[in-house]
Amino acid sequence: MVEHRKVVIIGSGPAGLTAAIYAARAQLEPLVIEGEPSSNSDQPGGQLMLTTEVENYPGFVDGVMGPELMGIMRSQAIRFGAELRTAKVSRLELASPTPFPLWIGDPNADEPTVEADALIIATGARSLMLGCANEDRLLGYGVSTCATCDGFFFREQHIAVAGGGDSALEEAIFLTRFASKVTVVHRRDELRASKIMQERAFKNPKIEFLWNSVIVDILGDTKVSGITIQHTTSAETFDLPVTGLFVAIGHEPNSGLLKGQLDLEDNGYVRTIGRSTRTSVDGVFACGDVQDSYYRQAVTSAGSGCMAAIDAERWLEEHDE
Amino acid sequence: MSEKIVTLSDATFDEHVKGSDVPVLVDFWAEWCGPCKMISPVLEEIAEEHAGKIQIGKLNIDDNLEVTRRFDVMSIPTLILFKDGEPEVRLIGAKPKGQLLQEISAYL
Repeated sequence: MVEHRKVVIIGSGPAGLTAAIYAARAQLEPLVIEGEPSSNSDQPGGQLMLTTEVENYPGFVDGVMGPELMGIMRSQAIRFGAELRTAKVSRLELASPTPFPLWIGDPNADEPTVEADALIIATGARSLMLGCANEDRLLGYGVSTCATCDGFFFREQHIAVAGGGDSALEEAIFLTRFASKVTVVHRRDELRASKIMQERAFKNPKIEFLWNSVIVDILGDTKVSGITIQHTTSAETFDLPVTGLFVAIGHEPNSGLLKGQLDLEDNGYVRTIGRSTRTSVDGVFACGDVQDSYYRQAVTSAGSGCMAAIDAERWLEEHDE
Repeated sequence: MSEKIVTLSDATFDEHVKGSDVPVLVDFWAEWCGPCKMISPVLEEIAEEHAGKIQIGKLNIDDNLEVTRRFDVMSIPTLILFKDGEPEVRLIGAKPKGQLLQEISAYL
């Protein structure tokens, strides 16, 4: 018999785990399908697993380490009875009337793994890659998506960071602990990052900026030896000798499984209705970065996770027969 | 940590890896690496489930720079599978259990 749940939550970042805490406290015995290990931020615990100090999450006067914060949220969800499963959903069907069938593992299996009366989607977003030549080949040999993992290997070396948002500057500042020089390559002439991060980066003597510049190639046989940079207005190119490249150019929502099943925005984010977490499919709710391309903060994700659990709880009450 | 997993160091690496009758899967890791922590329970499971066929070893890169440099590790977690002391498979980044097992299936 197919396992049946009142609430299934897909994803385990701040949104998914907050939804789990609220749903568990509402006695809905939620199952959280938390994802599987990876190094590109689509993983159990979400993007905060790849960060260091989180300074703006309320309640932590002296800041808290990202992985530690996620460990605390996880324990809190488990304490109230949420069940977490380390797995990825391979297929789901949102067209049928509720319950919604979900598959883990073989997507072509006759029977789904679990079915859910209400579904909360909190699959988050993952890092975008540059898509330039040699990026895949040199990933792990100087190209990295995780400064906290790999910064250590670049002591006293000149490295580059691609991007201009908060994540890019956070990585650049973190990397100055190891590197002798960090060049931030940004495609525009101003930064998206918050004022406080900008000030810190501009003040840091190890950080320099290359404006209106994009990386068009990564050089090196067995490891990175440089990058080819093109100026966006003059189209002139030159090679910058660096031994490492950290990519932090933004994120895309993990909404691939949902394509064609519920309404997405043009940029792939899940469309929610009004001020709620309701989606175009009755009984399916979305929270966190998979539906938010604007605020994208741990605390706003957690807030929308709470909303999704409350929306799901009320929806279940209304549909209880 | 599972007693089936061996802790390696610069001093003991060659002895363990070259002297092993079975392939050794070495996990290059560090305390401060989030994805390393994520794959740790996966490696514990593999060590238990495939005991006798494969040896799992953990090498803390902070404390063991010589071996880390010898194999040009520049990203963690990196897993390297050694057979008869020679590196045969190299896996970079955290991966789900199924994918890990698939990549080393020829050695199990």
